[in-house]
Amino acid sequence: MASQTLYDKLWDRHLVAELADGSALLYVDRHLLHEVTSPQAFSGLRSAGRKPWRISPNVAVPDHAVPTMRRELGVAGIADRVARIQVETLTHNCREFGIPLIELEDERQGIVHVVGPEQGLTLPGMTIVCGDSHTATHGAFATLAMGIGTSDVEHVLASQTLRTHRQKNMRVVFDGTLGFGVTPKDLILALIGRIGTAGGTGYAIEYAGETIRNMSMEGRMTICNMSIEAGARAGMIAYDAATEAYVRGRPYTPKGTEYADACRYWQKLHSDDDAVFDREEYFPVSALIPQITWGTSPEMVVGIDGCVPESAGSDEAARASFKRTLDYMGLEPGQALKDLPVDKVFIGSCTNARMEDLRAVANLVKGQKVSRSITQALIVPGSGQIRLQAEREGLDAIFQKAGFEWRSAGCSMCLGMNDDRLQPGERCASTSNRNFEGRQGKGGRTHLMSPLMAAAAALTGKLTDVREL
Amino acid sequence: MEPFKAHSGLVIPFNRTNVDTDAILPKQYLKMLGKTGYGDFLFDDERYLDPGDVDIPVTERRPNPDFILNQSPYDHGTVLLAGANFGCGSSREHAVWALHDYGIRVVLAPSFGDIFFNNCFNNGLLPVILAQSVIDRLFELANQPGECVLNVDLEQCELGHGKDVWPFVVEPGRRDNLLSGLDDIGRTLAFGETIREYEVRRLPLEPWIFR
Ligand code: SF4
Repeated sequence: MASQTLYDKLWDRHLVAELADGSALLYVDRHLLHEVTSPQAFSGLRSAGRKPWRISPNVAVPDHAVPTMRRELGVAGIADRVARIQVETLTHNCREFGIPLIELEDERQGIVHVVGPEQGLTLPGMTIVCGDSHTATHGAFATLAMGIGTSDVEHVLASQTLRTHRQKNMRVVFDGTLGFGVTPKDLILALIGRIGTAGGTGYAIEYAGETIRNMSMEGRMTICNMSIEAGARAGMIAYDAATEAYVRGRPYTPKGTEYADACRYWQKLHSDDDAVFDREEYFPVSALIPQITWGTSPEMVVGIDGCVPESAGSDEAARASFKRTLDYMGLEPGQALKDLPVDKVFIGSCTNARMEDLRAVANLVKGQKVSRSITQALIVPGSGQIRLQAEREGLDAIFQKAGFEWRSAGCSMCLGMNDDRLQPGERCASTSNRNFEGRQGKGGRTHLMSPLMAAAAALTGKLTDVREL
Repeated sequence: MEPFKAHSGLVIPFNRTNVDTDAILPKQYLKMLGKTGYGDFLFDDERYLDPGDVDIPVTERRPNPDFILNQSPYDHGTVLLAGANFGCGSSREHAVWALHDYGIRVVLAPSFGDIFFNNCFNNGLLPVILAQSVIDRLFELANQPGECVLNVDLEQCELGHGKDVWPFVVEPGRRDNLLSGLDDIGRTLAFGETIREYEVRRLPLEPWIFR
């Protein structure tokens, strides 16, 4: 058989039918749902009198609109009436259609892309979809994972398949060892800066190379998570010993001899040596420094020692959007980013709210204090289990002593659907993945960075090179 | 969904790149449960001077006079002309529902965010990818004084303005969806037998998938 990329292998394994119109039906192994993009899909099923094709591939969890405080009250604790109805609607829909639901009160509740891997719902070789663009996170487990819209959520519920088009193959090879204070988040931000937010459009990206091979699963998830910020619906990484060690023994991971069979199959989940990619990017990482975004698109990124660009060139539209960005961000052309004062700090989101992130932050802030100029510094764990684990390790005490607020799991200030949001003009050091206008609150100014960099900003009250602390 | 065969409408020159779905429909409206009622909130952050939410009637809010959708004649435009990577970011189909509910029927851009592009076809909204040169020409026309009305013919796959005609390409299956007004699910379920056969083939290979 001709040599194949990982994407090709996953595609072929899940191909149900190639359709006359050039699209394909791809079988979906795992479908994750949340409260925001599912209600219209369930109504669609109901009005057409349809039932889910299968039940067990689906798992739902509320995460986007949930509060991160007073969780002991459960759904009743959601002050926003409309949001409460939405979470209740998820519960009703799951009951009516028999879909397994991890409820708000459940200690496993959390951001859907954190919960999937944690529970072993994400297994190598799967196709995974969710009505959320950061579904690519799960690609870290050698899966084909893609974000879909609500119509497709309904389609997957009804048919266990996705109508889709084959993507082209791109490989990004990260080579070398990350320097002190430089993290996977810096790597993916730098890549987006290089190829642009549309650079991966139409491609499935495989991340490879020595840097990836030596990276933890949590770091790999951070990388795959932001594939969509590079325009790619799917990002993935080959199966290896680290993948195996992570999935072993999780609640939904197969057991006993079946596990041995599974591992045998999973070992094939890598691109063949001579597989051909439509596009390749080579990215040496050893000279990379911590990255920080200055604008309203993730591609507007520089190293922490960098400045806002002087100009956007001669193109009139580009100049206009450059000016608009700087007006929005309250920055001048050529302005240095280091030492820019920030108002709030957000450490959380499906990009960076896992144990490794929290441990790194705790290590840095232990015995220190959040700057008095910071009005709010939030730490929002990715899941209830992470929250519990962090508390077992005493991290919550370290955070709170330093002046951080220690919250319950959810999307929180990543998109500000709950009460955690920026006020107009507030500047935020954030570990999330999007710095769009208004993303964290109308008029809010977001600078994306790693958890270490966000923690450093919390301590000094301004954008800071964590390596200098 | 209502079939889309042809449309004739006023072009709104929205000369911006990387317009993301957060900007098209901000987060606070994602709490709503239906597919309609989003039109008043399209581009909400820019369209109004004061903040909005589901419970705040738009009639009590102050429109931003500098925003193009609040300016004549563009306030009755139905064809949105935009820069590259339109609809990038979040997968929220609400962005498409908002555009459609507002009355936009066609979006023209040199490129689109993948998920947004896909979502359009499930909701009777036609996204058309055009060469940058054609986009530039359309901006020129739309920015001239007077109204630029574009005829969009999906059956012929042509855009027309006066004597000018520009062909465009839409993938056939997606075009059929729009022309017929049928969504994918019914068409896919016709392959039910094939899906079952696939499951039977796959089950012994990876039984844990079917637990
Ligand atoms: S944490 Fe942010 S990016 Fe991740 S799923 Fe939630 S809202 Fe989306």
